[in-house]
Amino acid sequence: MASEELLIQYLPILLFMFIACAISVAMVFGSILVAKQKPDSEKNSAYECGFEAFTDARNKFDVRFYLVCLLFIIFDLEIAFLFPWAVSLKEIGMFGFWSMMSFLGILTVGFVYEWKKGALDWE
Amino acid sequence: MVVQALAFYLFASILVLSAFFVITARNPVHSVLFLILSFFNAAGLFVLLGAEFIALTLVIVYVGAVAVLFLFVVMMLDISFADLRKGAMQYVPMGLVIGAIILTELVMLFGAWQFAPGAGQNLAVPVVELVDVTNTEALGQVLYTNYVLAFQVAGLILFIAMIGAIVLTHRRRPGIRRQVVSKQQAVRGEDVIEIRKVTTGTGA
Amino acid sequence: MLELWTTYGIWTAMTLMYIGIIVGCVLTAVAYLTYAERKVMSAMQRRQGPMTVGPFGLLQPIADGIKLFSKETIIPSQANKIVFLLAPMLLFALALMAWAVIPFDKGWVLANINVGILYLVAISSMMVYGVIMAGWASNSQYAFLGALRSAAQMVSYEVSMGLIIVCVVLVTGSLNLQDIVEVHRPIWVQIMLLPMLVVFLISILAETNRAPFDLPEGESEITGGYMVEYSAMAFALFFLGEYSAMIMMSAMTTILFLGGWLPPFGIEALAFVPGIIWFALKTAGVLFFFIWSRATLPRFRYDQLMRLGWKIFLPLTLGWVVLVSGMLITFDALP
Repeated sequence: MASEELLIQYLPILLFMFIACAISVAMVFGSILVAKQKPDSEKNSAYECGFEAFTDARNKFDVRFYLVCLLFIIFDLEIAFLFPWAVSLKEIGMFGFWSMMSFLGILTVGFVYEWKKGALDWE
Repeated sequence: MVVQALAFYLFASILVLSAFFVITARNPVHSVLFLILSFFNAAGLFVLLGAEFIALTLVIVYVGAVAVLFLFVVMMLDISFADLRKGAMQYVPMGLVIGAIILTELVMLFGAWQFAPGAGQNLAVPVVELVDVTNTEALGQVLYTNYVLAFQVAGLILFIAMIGAIVLTHRRRPGIRRQVVSKQQAVRGEDVIEIRKVTTGTGA
Repeated sequence: MLELWTTYGIWTAMTLMYIGIIVGCVLTAVAYLTYAERKVMSAMQRRQGPMTVGPFGLLQPIADGIKLFSKETIIPSQANKIVFLLAPMLLFALALMAWAVIPFDKGWVLANINVGILYLVAISSMMVYGVIMAGWASNSQYAFLGALRSAAQMVSYEVSMGLIIVCVVLVTGSLNLQDIVEVHRPIWVQIMLLPMLVVFLISILAETNRAPFDLPEGESEITGGYMVEYSAMAFALFFLGEYSAMIMMSAMTTILFLGGWLPPFGIEALAFVPGIIWFALKTAGVLFFFIWSRATLPRFRYDQLMRLGWKIFLPLTLGWVVLVSGMLITFDALP
């Protein structure tokens, strides 16, 4: 277990989380209880321009959305590596700086590759 | 200390429960949502250990990025999950065999494993003295220098992942017109507009 | 045991009170942000805006709130009911939770954690779930398309936001929000961060799905986007969550770039004004930018939006990280 001073800073966040959840649940269910609920089948059908939906809405979609997501994961990890580096750059000096530059260099090669391949184009 | 212990049991029990629901939920989307909940609670446990940077990185990377991809895949793939489940029982024997192998390996590992002499002490002593530095700084002070090889290898793995993602998913559809800004900017008035004198009443 | 109760009890009561104050202030701010948006936009379009409820329409947000609360919550029959109701709650709860780490004035912070800025990044990266869950659970074409667009857009701009934050962290040498405000920045560093401020402002517009990046809710093509099936309080929670996220992002800009609660440009003569006032004024300034751009700019096309995020902002911010760190290390100006 970690030191008390560190954890005591996190306790309000935990409390805040409970309260935020409680407020949002109370708001939705309070409204459901208070307001008059009168559902009918027409009202509860999915929103379309006056006709019944042809198919289930959950279709296949463009693979590009997956690609964007995959690239995002990679860059997000890169950013996760950048944070401790940015904080401790003074201590680790030139060696740490060039170590990160080579890491970024490798990823920039990948970035140039995807650019040239047209993976960043949206049509 | 009481609060710490309470928080530990809260996070740990939700973690175990949600992990259980991940494998039992009927709807795969619910499974992924429970997976996200368990990541979140794992982050809570990391905070209790004092590893705040790791905790928040877990949330940012796993909850904020990896699980989004999972959810995309599971939600939007056009697969009938009922059909998938139909044949699931026939894989049970194979699954049991693999499970048994992994279990024996684990037992062997714990039974016969010996740590290198001195590894125990090394584990217990942090590389950087955690007196005046936050644990993000402590991590930064060793990751890019002492562990430079591992760090560069991580970079290469990310690079391969990037290439792999493009090779596997990227398809260039023919016959699509893209916007080329430089071309648009390069268009000049004289090239596209012609001004003609029109005399009234002649019809041309 | 008694001692335990008195120490913990008083501490818990105080914390709960602070949380109550923060939540109350945020909700009031959200309500009047909607009012301010309508008034500012109407002024820009030469009309009057809300005028009927109360003097100058000042009670309009409250009337809107009561109306939304007393409406029927429609749950589409094709929808996945639990996830459908969970999505707005999640979004709203997250938007509130972010406020736990924001320092309003020197020492006025509920949770002074060492990794405050990462906490904000984590919260804003989780917001995307509210949107995806809503779009999927509604089981409607419009909601589905809106959610897809929105998720891809938020995810794309998060990358450049993260890199900009790395730039600021390089300058301040800390992830703690109070330290980020207080660390002295030399004037040339301020000037170097200026382009990043511009990119950050544009990115937060995209991150909160605001005009000109409001494609997920582009009325003319996909009606209301991911929230098309929502009504009553469930809809109101999306609305509140979105506006609360706007205020949170503005507060983040204030902390990262505009010096938080410190008087502007470091003028000592202005230090008599309480810090919280400066903080509120600066945040309001950024919020005005949000509204101003909504009233001024036409909507982007989706391919343009993606190109801006991946082909312009990403290389630019990544290059800037290298530039800033290189300059800091050569001139030995690291904090």
